Amino acid sequence: MATMNMAQALNSAMDTMLARDPDVLIFGEDVGYFGGVFRCTTGLQQKHGADRVFDTPVAEGGILAMAVGMGAYGLRPVAEIQFADYIYPAMDQLVSEAARLRYRSGGEFWAPLTVRAPCGGGIFGGQTHSQSPEALFTHVCGLKTVIPSNPYDAKGLLISAIEDDDPVIFFEPKRLYNGPFDGHHERPVQPWAKHPASDVPEGYYNVPLGKAAVIREGSAATVLAYGTMVHVALAAVEETGIDAEVIDLRTLLPLDIDTIVESVNKTGRCVIVHEATRTSGFGAELCALVQEHCFFKLEAKIERVTGWDTPYPLAFEWDYFPGPRRVAKALQRVMEP
Amino acid sequence: MNAGTKEPLLQPTLRFHVPEPKARPGHAPDFSNLVLPVAGAAPRPPVNASAYDTRDLAGDLIRVLNDDGEAVGPWRPDIAVDVLLRGLRHMMLTRVFDERMLLSQRQGKTSFYMQCTGEEAVAVGQASALDSADMLFPTYRQQGLLIARDWSIVDMMCQVFSNSHDRMKGRQLPVMYSSRDANFFSLSGNLGTQFSQAVGWAMASAYKRDRRIAVTWIGDGATAEGDFHYAMTSAAVYQAPVVLNVVNNQWAISSYQGIAGGEEATFATRGVGYGIPALRVDGNDFLAVHAVTRWAAERARANLGPTLIELVTYRAAPHSTSDDPSKYRPADESSCWPLGDPIERLKKHLMHIGAWTEGEHTALREEVAEQVRTAAKEAESYGTLGQGPKHDPATMFEDVFREMPWHLRQQLEELGT
Repeated sequence: MATMNMAQALNSAMDTMLARDPDVLIFGEDVGYFGGVFRCTTGLQQKHGADRVFDTPVAEGGILAMAVGMGAYGLRPVAEIQFADYIYPAMDQLVSEAARLRYRSGGEFWAPLTVRAPCGGGIFGGQTHSQSPEALFTHVCGLKTVIPSNPYDAKGLLISAIEDDDPVIFFEPKRLYNGPFDGHHERPVQPWAKHPASDVPEGYYNVPLGKAAVIREGSAATVLAYGTMVHVALAAVEETGIDAEVIDLRTLLPLDIDTIVESVNKTGRCVIVHEATRTSGFGAELCALVQEHCFFKLEAKIERVTGWDTPYPLAFEWDYFPGPRRVAKALQRVMEP
Repeated sequence: MNAGTKEPLLQPTLRFHVPEPKARPGHAPDFSNLVLPVAGAAPRPPVNASAYDTRDLAGDLIRVLNDDGEAVGPWRPDIAVDVLLRGLRHMMLTRVFDERMLLSQRQGKTSFYMQCTGEEAVAVGQASALDSADMLFPTYRQQGLLIARDWSIVDMMCQVFSNSHDRMKGRQLPVMYSSRDANFFSLSGNLGTQFSQAVGWAMASAYKRDRRIAVTWIGDGATAEGDFHYAMTSAAVYQAPVVLNVVNNQWAISSYQGIAGGEEATFATRGVGYGIPALRVDGNDFLAVHAVTRWAAERARANLGPTLIELVTYRAAPHSTSDDPSKYRPADESSCWPLGDPIERLKKHLMHIGAWTEGEHTALREEVAEQVRTAAKEAESYGTLGQGPKHDPATMFEDVFREMPWHLRQQLEELGT
């Protein structure tokens, strides 16, 4: 075991897989010699060689086209898109190629690629360095979408993503790289070292895709969250004193429906929290599923706490960010008799 | 004098330029833009030539067969007669296959078809210069690659008919073949995507110290896609063992090649700008196509990096069965195409060297026609889109993921078959 922040845990996952599997290659903008703008690939080129960890041209569509070709050859490419906001030029290669290859070829070809991309706000990145585009990908059949909330899960889930034979979009909440963030931006930054999930095995292990985690057991209400919002939800629960169960979804697709249904059937109340914009966001899908599966157990309307349906505004970041105060209010609303 | 009221004296108003082809329906065909050098005139540089060394060839047109059917000049390949005879057979088989599938579409046995009439030397000629283990990333108009690799035409027809033997299980548009065994990558209906993927495959092959190279095709129209730029950039940066082919068949549905920028510079010229050696070849000249492909493949195998080839040809058929070219180009444009018919030109060469006779040609045409008839009968016995057996609709939920997740299992139950 070692104490790791999330960037170090992700680095350790890639280091572990590079050592285990000669077919794993890591590439992206600035990931080679420099080690990535968020330092997630630091030292990997020096350790594993420039033919396994290398820089690419600034061409996200080209990066993912390369990954599809390499995957079709039989490698396990791990491509970094420097910010989730930059992924759009690669949509054609993801949506119409990587996601469809196995299907359209009748199972003859597939591309087991992993796309890592930092997502979310909280670092004053403005509208092109703060987005959470996960729902664009959960809407595409053939892609898996993963968002970890802590170092232990980040490493275990990334290893599972790399080993998975389907294309996986792996979003890393950039505000969590260095510490858990509960949305109280006015308070000093907490390091991961004080958090139990920073205890990370140095070697190989995995956290399976498609399995949620009950982060806090409770009986009054269920909070469904992922990524940074898990920590925000915990803060809101703490501050309201409402005995809510907090579920970290970890994988959005395939979704762990059983854990969600079991919890909401137990509590009868549900608050869904995500940082992404609300309309057609993943919360809408969660809301529909909870309604379909738990209708007769629901005792209050389902609440959604999300980013506003606006671009992420730089100077008004904290007015945009769905912080603990907004989650607390939603919790109080679902608890009203 | 107040500057704000000063009249512009010499500056003309700006003009907006939208290029137009020289001939539209009702006009006489006009290929005066296509400069035809005499066969044999283009020099053949060594395979370790730099991009800069090929700058003239990128604007030229490499031709081997002259008007008498004689193979001339430095690009004349050292090629066995039986390779040429196989090429002739495969081109003729491709053409008859296309004719039969077009007819099948008219009969309602499939919803859609795309011919490669007039362009057979591109796929068949290039396949003749490659190793069968090389990985192909084609467009939808290189069905000749599968035929040249002796892939089963029954299997191809089953895909076109979306029937019970269609290995794509009725999911793909007709002609979107895939054959892992023939090293033929699954076709996409998105234009250009395969061009950049081929570079990734080639990089993987180099990383694994393999011996196989990647070969890919794109149409003149789709060179305008970002994927062309991605492919060229990454092929140059990583010196990938890949042969990048632009099939300039003059038309992208109704847009002539000038709409893709083909009038300002040849497509091959772009290679030089990326630092990739580039050749422009008479795409209807089987021997020239074979020779340039061999040159490019040799470069790739020798770790000398990628090559861009522009194959100048003509799309004699409509874009697809959903297209009507009489609406946008002269009806007789195809018959006026200066580079002729690739099958007739190879036939003339074989007769010129005394390896072929008119009688043998007639017999071969009958033979391939019979081969196609027999294959079609077999393929139709497995069903067509119009009637007969197909895959179980429940199979539509398979292969979305390696293992079916719960939400697809639930939807499969909802389908209720």
